[in-house]
This record gives sequence, structure tokens and C-alpha cells, in this order.
Amino acid sequence: MAALLLRRLGAMVLTLAISSFVIFVAIYAAPGDPVTFLIGNPENITPERIAAVRAEYHLDQPLFVQYALWAQGILHGDLGTSFYYQQPVSDLLSSRLPVTLTLVGMATVLFVVLGVSLGVVSALSRGGRADAWITGGTTFVNSVPNFVVALGLVSVFAVQLRWFPVAGEGAGFAGRLQHLTLPAVALALGSLALISRVTRQTMVEQQTLDHVEAARSYGLGTWAIVTRHVLRNSLGPVVTMCGLTLAGMLAGTTVIESVFGISGVGNLLVESINTHDFAVVQAILLYMVLAYMVVTMLVDLVYPLLDARTLVRSEGS
Amino acid sequence: MTIDGISARTAAAPLAGRRRRSPWTFRVCIAILGVAVAAAVFAPLVAPYEPDATDFSAIWLPPGPGHWLGTDQLGRDILSRVIHGARPSLLGAIALLAFATVLGVLIGVVAAWRRGWVDTVLARITDVMFAFPGLLFVVLVIAVFDRGPATAVIGMGLAFAPLIAKFTRAIALEELARPYVDAYRLQGVGGVQLIARYLLPNLMPTLVGYLVVLFGEGLMSLASLNFLGFGAQPPSSEWGLMVQEGRAGVIQGVLGPALIPGLTIAVVVVATNVVGVRLSDKLAVRT
Repeated sequence: MAALLLRRLGAMVLTLAISSFVIFVAIYAAPGDPVTFLIGNPENITPERIAAVRAEYHLDQPLFVQYALWAQGILHGDLGTSFYYQQPVSDLLSSRLPVTLTLVGMATVLFVVLGVSLGVVSALSRGGRADAWITGGTTFVNSVPNFVVALGLVSVFAVQLRWFPVAGEGAGFAGRLQHLTLPAVALALGSLALISRVTRQTMVEQQTLDHVEAARSYGLGTWAIVTRHVLRNSLGPVVTMCGLTLAGMLAGTTVIESVFGISGVGNLLVESINTHDFAVVQAILLYMVLAYMVVTMLVDLVYPLLDARTLVRSEGS
Repeated sequence: MTIDGISARTAAAPLAGRRRRSPWTFRVCIAILGVAVAAAVFAPLVAPYEPDATDFSAIWLPPGPGHWLGTDQLGRDILSRVIHGARPSLLGAIALLAFATVLGVLIGVVAAWRRGWVDTVLARITDVMFAFPGLLFVVLVIAVFDRGPATAVIGMGLAFAPLIAKFTRAIALEELARPYVDAYRLQGVGGVQLIARYLLPNLMPTLVGYLVVLFGEGLMSLASLNFLGFGAQPPSSEWGLMVQEGRAGVIQGVLGPALIPGLTIAVVVVATNVVGVRLSDKLAVRT
């Protein structure tokens, strides 16, 4: 287990190093001299001012030195300064992250609960009407772009019924919960098809196995068989899929945040691209890659705990 | 689907359990795709109005005899805009897939052919690309080339390429293990020639089914990018951009301008999924 953990950590650090370099170089290669964005007012552009700004942001150094300085800063928790907001990027991120994380958390609860229960229902009524409706319905919702789903929800629940606000992220716990409900539903709906399909698939595979047949012959009820035997043994693939979906969501709230005007990380990314605020763009991209990798690694580490056989196998080899 | 979650979702798409789809749904879906393509090809002939002809006396009209699907916030005919929008929308998705396929098939076939360290290095690269959610590629490409339709296509193409690479590698490995490959090798047929003349044509049927399923995914991803304003720019009537422009109406209770192009995307995506799943079932008969 420890060796597995070390190997995974090593691979992650390597991937992170490569990605951070790619991110840095892409922004470095962007057209337009950052100095002009930094100085802003064209009247202030004098050769001395340009030189001063270049020295301040280390723009006069070669690429690798700039990357090293940037990476060194990040390792010390210094993500640079936003050109646009004139404040440290870490402050900006820490003010935006809670909203995005709350949104992802709410959406995760929704898609896990709804997705798994839909999958269980359709596995139990396999070939029946409920199965067909669930498969068809989730597949259709999966084919509608999530910004369209979001706008549909807004028009029904915010504009017509006025149950929820149209935009914003709200203040206080209750306000935030109310503001983020519609966005979380819109975010979760897109994942239902996948989660319910995986749950259905693994459960159907389980149901034909001998131990389930044995449990049935003991006279156990359907509920007991499903919860104690079938669902438990299906946890591995389901948890993996939920984890991967969650990992994708951490970097995938941009569209939903933009529809609902939520000032989270995704919206900050779009804003920073529009204002050429490179330090912020770099930091957010790095956060997204890091979040994705951490979650996928956690999923890999949790898997052996759910299915002891994989643990034995990996130690044996 | 969103541009964000493609990696997880498309990986599972071909496994979708719709094997016994009755033929009439398949035919309806083919018809829908036919209409969409015809709309794109003959847009100026079939559209009742110019797509960017504004009429400030007819703003946010509901569907009626003059304008079958109503008008938007500038009085432009929505039906005409949706018809003209088929061009950038469908062409964008085709360009995206073409780019991703060239890149992905190249990586996949080389990895399967060379094995060993080449395979390991390519697998590592595709893994790194998987760690990048789709939007990140687009952001990186925008940072270098600024926004525009080509940027969206290239960025999304980079996100799709690892999927295709992984798929191609798997089916190429299977194909390379078959006896005819050894037979050609014994005859002294070179690697490049063998891949181009014999391997690729044999992979094509399986690949095409997968690509049709990916097409719907690509169409949606591009629409999302255009919705965010990173792709096509006004006055283009690309469908994702139309939804973005129709947003203001939704808050005031006018649904048409946003939902009509949105549902058009959904219908086309559903149709390609049904067609794609059936095609891959039919074409991918491998022994």
C-alpha cells in the first residue's frame, strides 16, 4: 500500500510539473506585450516606465528563469499579483473558491443520491417500463447542453414560479443554499445518465452471481439482498465513476457559473481571460489540474478499501 | 454534455445499452440529420429571411405566420438564424473531429505498432492530456491565438484527441495480433505501407461508429464554448452563441430566442447518438 501510494504521488508530481510548464509557456507565448496591459494608460508608456515594469515582473529574464521564479513562488504559496484587481492572486482565489466548492458539493450530493437510486430502480425493473423510462430520460437529458438545461430551469423555477433567485450566489448559509440550488441541479443533471448507467450495469452483473442466488434461496427479501449483497459489491465501480465525475466538476463549473452569474472560480477564469490577467489565469488552470489529479488519486486509493481483492493482488505483484 | 466532463462520459458512451433500438427511431434520426445537413447546405435558399436582417418594429415576437419561430431582441427571424446557424455549428463539429482524429489515430497507431518505450511515453502524454479538462486546452489555445472559431476547434480537438488515441490503440493492438499482419510482414511489406494500406482500412468501420457518437459530444462542447464567447463572434448565428444572446429574454419571460437553438442542439445530438450507437453495433462486428 505504501509503495503504491509513493508511486502514485511520484507520478502526480511529474504530471503536475509538466502541466505547470505547459500552462506557463502557453501564457508566455500569448500575443501582445504584457507590459502594455500592465501599464494600462497609454500616456504613461515611457521607455523608463517599461523597463521598470519589466524588471518588476521579471519580464526581462529568459523563459526558464521566469518559469523557475514562478514555480518557486507557487511552492512558497505566492501565486503572483493580479494585474487587473491589483491584489494577490491567492486572496482572489480564496475569496472565490468557497462558492465553487459549495456548488460542487451540492451537485455531488444530488448526483450521487439521484444517480445511484435511479440506477438501482432500473436494475431491479430490468427490461421493464421503469428501466426504459429511466434509461431514455437520463440519456436525453445528457444530450441537452447544460447551459440550455440551466436556462430552462431558470425560466420555470426562477422567472415563472419565483421559487429561486435568477442569479448571484447569496449571503449567509440559507441564502447561499437557496441561490445555489438551481445551479447545482443543472450541474448534477448532466451526470445522472452516467452514474445511473454504471450502477445499473454493475448491479445487473452482480445479480446473476452465485452468492446472490444463495442469498435468495435462504429466503432473504429483495431489499436485504440489494442493500447487503448486491449494492455493497457494486460499490467499487460506482464510487470510481462518482469520483471521476466529481473531479471533472471541480474544473467544470465555468458554464453554469456564467449562466447564473455566480462569482466563483469559473467566472473568474472567464473574466481574467477577457482582461488578459495572466497571473490569475495561470493560477486557476493550475488549481484545476491539481484538483482533478488529487481527486482521481483519492479514488484510486479508496478503491482497494472497497474491494479487498485488488489490495491482495497489488501486494502480491 | 458539457465541455468539462467529456473525458469521463464519452469513454462510456459506446457502451450505452441501446442495442435493440427499433428501426423506426433509427430512420427518424437519420431523417433529422438529413434535414440538418440540408439546412446547412441550402441555408440561403430555404431561410425565409436574411439571418442578420434586423427589424426593430418586430422585437421578441412570439411564433406566428410572419415569423414561424418568432423573432429575437433585434427583431431577427429565429427560424432563419437557426437554419443559417447549422453551417458554423455542424462545420465546427466536423472540423473538430477531423483534427482530433488525425492526431488521435496517429498517436494510437504508433503506440500500438511500436510498443515498448514509445507506447509508454505516448501513454504518459495522453494521461497528462486527460488530466486537463476540456476547457483548459481551449483557454491555453486562446491565450496563444486569441478567440475565434478556429481557436475553439483546435482547443476542443486537443481535448478529444486522447480519447480517440486510447480507442485507436486498443483496436489497433487487437488487429495487429491477427495472422494477416504477420503474413504481410513475411512478404516484406514495410511498416508504413502496412499501416496505411491494410491496418487503417480495417480499423475504419469500428472507428467511424465511435466518431459518430463523439460528433454529438463535440457539437455540444463547441456550443458551450461559443456560449462562453470563446468561439464564433456575433453576428454569427452559431447555435450556442444564439442561446447566449437569447439569455436576456429568458429573464423577461421570452423563451424562444434561447430555447429554440438550445433544443435544436439537443435534437441533433440525440439523433447522432442513436445513429452512432447503431452504426457501431452494425459496423464493429469483429471476430
